[in-house]
Amino acid sequence: MRYLPLTDADRGEMLAKVGASSIDDLFVDVPEHARLKGPIEGLPMHASEMAVERHMRALSKKNLAAGDAPFFLGAGAYRHHVPASVDHIIQRGEFLTAYTPYQPEIAQGTLQMLFEFQTQVARLYGCAVANASMYDGSTACWEAIAMAGRIARGKRKKVVLSGALHPHYAEVVRTMAKFTEDEIADALPTLQGSPDLDGLIGRIDEDTSCVVVQYPDILGRLSDLEKISEAAHAKGALVIAVNLEPVALGAVKSPGEMGADIVVGEGQALGVGLQFGGPYLGLFAVRDPKHVRMMPGRLCGETQDAEGKRGFVLTLSTREQHIRREKATSNICTNSGLCALAFNVHMSLLGEKGLRQLAAENHRLACLAADKLAAVPGVTVLNDSFFNEFTLMIGQDARKVVRTLADDGILAGVSLGRLYPGNDALAEGLLVTLTETTSEEDIDTLCAALKEVLA
Amino acid sequence: MNAPNKSGWKPSAPISGDTESPTFTGNRALMLEEPLIFEIGHTETTGVDLPESQADAPSRLGGLERTDTIGLPGLSEPECVRHYTRLSRQNYAIDLGLFPLGSCTMKHNPRLNEKVARMSGFADVHPLQPVDTVRGALEVINELAFWLIELTGMHGVAMSPKAGAHGELCGILCIRAALEARGDARKVVLVPESAHGTNPATAAFAGYEVEDIPATAEGRVDLEKLKARLGPDVAAVMITNPNTCGLFERDMKEISDAVHAAGGFVYCDGANFNAIVGKVRPGDLGVDAMHINLHKTFSTPHGGGGPGSGPVVLSEALSPYGPLPFTARDRDGVVHLVEEENAAEYDHTKAFGRMTAFHGQMGMFTRALAYILSHGADGLAQVAEDAVLNANYILRSLEDLLHAPFGESGPCMHEALFGDQGFAEGLSTLDLAKALIDEGYHPMTMYFPLVVHGAMLIEPTETESKAGLDEFIGALRSVAERAKAGDESLKAAPYFAPRRRLDETQAARKPILAWEGELAPGGAAARSEVGGQ
Repeated sequence: MRYLPLTDADRGEMLAKVGASSIDDLFVDVPEHARLKGPIEGLPMHASEMAVERHMRALSKKNLAAGDAPFFLGAGAYRHHVPASVDHIIQRGEFLTAYTPYQPEIAQGTLQMLFEFQTQVARLYGCAVANASMYDGSTACWEAIAMAGRIARGKRKKVVLSGALHPHYAEVVRTMAKFTEDEIADALPTLQGSPDLDGLIGRIDEDTSCVVVQYPDILGRLSDLEKISEAAHAKGALVIAVNLEPVALGAVKSPGEMGADIVVGEGQALGVGLQFGGPYLGLFAVRDPKHVRMMPGRLCGETQDAEGKRGFVLTLSTREQHIRREKATSNICTNSGLCALAFNVHMSLLGEKGLRQLAAENHRLACLAADKLAAVPGVTVLNDSFFNEFTLMIGQDARKVVRTLADDGILAGVSLGRLYPGNDALAEGLLVTLTETTSEEDIDTLCAALKEVLA
Repeated sequence: MNAPNKSGWKPSAPISGDTESPTFTGNRALMLEEPLIFEIGHTETTGVDLPESQADAPSRLGGLERTDTIGLPGLSEPECVRHYTRLSRQNYAIDLGLFPLGSCTMKHNPRLNEKVARMSGFADVHPLQPVDTVRGALEVINELAFWLIELTGMHGVAMSPKAGAHGELCGILCIRAALEARGDARKVVLVPESAHGTNPATAAFAGYEVEDIPATAEGRVDLEKLKARLGPDVAAVMITNPNTCGLFERDMKEISDAVHAAGGFVYCDGANFNAIVGKVRPGDLGVDAMHINLHKTFSTPHGGGGPGSGPVVLSEALSPYGPLPFTARDRDGVVHLVEEENAAEYDHTKAFGRMTAFHGQMGMFTRALAYILSHGADGLAQVAEDAVLNANYILRSLEDLLHAPFGESGPCMHEALFGDQGFAEGLSTLDLAKALIDEGYHPMTMYFPLVVHGAMLIEPTETESKAGLDEFIGALRSVAERAKAGDESLKAAPYFAPRRRLDETQAARKPILAWEGELAPGGAAARSEVGGQ
């Protein structure tokens, strides 16, 4: 077995050293009835590297990779070009095979990276402080709501969700709220060119701890968060902005700048890749530094060593489960360190100039595609505003259309029927996403295919 | 005892890091200082070639154009690769040496796993693609689910939890959902004092009151006291098995039976499943729910703090409540992926909800499956055996010198636990740990479990050779002898790491959590300003 260095001779010597006559002596505390007498029946035995690779490759080939088709999916997972050096760096063993940096003297690589990452996220979001990452956007969204509840000291029990929050995110919130007994005021998205801000604001009251708004929203629309912030703050509620596409913030105002109190999101778009939904990267930031001690998750901070050299450590850990146990701000332990590194490296390669260019290119292609698609008979573009993602109304069950186009090797987008199964009012909506990886030929291919299917 | 340093060379440099021979750069040959990207990058530099933005480009951003300076520095590719490569060299890693963190389980990460995870059919597929275009990905989930069910003797598995603590939450929520379904509003979860901090934090997060379970003098759950505490208010007992003292809870079945008889459920923290995989099935011990840290037992990389992956295996009683997406066996024994739309078809309509968007940590599933297939049923049992043998070898090679509080309780499982009894006045576990850094090792888990004074929890895992263990034991004996002899120099260790001891008090008192400087677009801080900080 190639991963096991002990030889039988070693095992014999070591058993003698520990005073055991056989390995079974070391499992003596396992009750006899529960001890397995040999390998579990019906399972395969060990296999060579080549055999395993062959098996996995066969499974891999049963999937249609995004790069092998005209590809227009988004809705919380975005396909961007990841520079080759990102993957090289995250595969360096010193990063890949390190543990959580509990011994800072020999973990400065990870810690400095986290400090850089936190700064990048805070600046991108227009916030004061970001943490060292959460599992993903959907869990970060719930943790933000839980944090808002702590800030309100449990006195406000109502959480207002924008109807245009990703339905999986809303479902995670509803699931968790069942157990915390928070009242969730949610809604379905309205099929209008602009989000229904008045409706959202109307749902905020004196019992509201927070308002949760996705930006850009699930239909791709952009809301002026300042209006929401003013209304929410007037009622004493916090605003949680949820961003699923960080590249957008290279083009549009940051949520922090518009008054959002907690900004969370999905960082997958930078560096991480699609990976069928995980592992992804939860981003979490607060605009006001006084809220730092209420935050969940790990924080990396600057300090000095005994010789006065700058160094970094995990800090404010009295918020965390390994110190506070049942009084912790969250039960989170492991986060998404390696994905944070991928984000950090990708963002360092882009820099402000690159991020702005990337955002502009995404938006340019989206505008181009919106115009071309709007010219397809039977198709209208719903959005008044968008970044790189918008909703088409196609007058037919979009889910079926997506399946038909997939059979032709085109991954046409995410149907609203997929996101909201069983909801007839939304069934004709199709969410289409453009990134720099989409070519203009891909757009023409989609237009032609839609024209044919809808005819 | 052993002579790991075969050349016989001993460092002759002074151990105080004082300025015997200062360098201009602050570097020490291969020990390289590295500034922050904010100190070397510029907002006008980019390492990615993208089209120049057009001033007259159309904009449909709803009048929300970002006009502020974001303050994100960029690096050219060579600068970027060098920056992170230099940073990487300030990290210890399992690739560099033994990483004996008890309960954290740092074992070798096979590179086949990395290769497999990067196959385009896994790495480059979107979670919302039409199902017909991702059949292979779903097969990976089902195949891994099948193995996890078989290896644990359980009924179903919720694959979506993102890490161990998230899995714990999933398991406790399944228990709460099952209790609520029968109209039973129990309020208390019992947790041993030796438990991971995530256990009580999870139970509290799920709305339960947490009470401690006492332990016996030999380091196991006190069965009689536990039985006495059980009653109609106890929803669940959370037990780690093998426990964090490195011992197998030999009364596990009796505990489960008692908890079930009292109407509660048994949650098992599966952080230490690597000690028993292929040897014992938790399902045979009456466990109702257990998370499995794929990054511990099944070798997916820790990556400096994640991502993890924490699938939760469930008993027949709890499976109906498992969150979506869920993986369960149908009547014919075939494992299926169940989502909102086919929940009725697979008789899974009682799911308590959804814990995360999408399907869970697919990139970890592919790695874990490659690991499991590589070992097979025979190899996995060997993994547990070698892990346990290595830990016992360490326990018995050190117990004459270091206090082993449960050394008399029988063999340990995958980790060996010591306390600081016998250290000279003023010297602590922390000092010993920092001295181990100078010996070229990552320290063991310190001050955990809380039930042992100055605890040192050592887990070598099965991927260490005997020669490697002997060298480690030699190093540990050397520093332990110094601690017992009162060698004051330990207090200032480490001497040879990239940093000396860091001031954690200062970090917490005046938190600096982001770089606060201003970036100049063309030429921010020069390197010379930062080298000697």
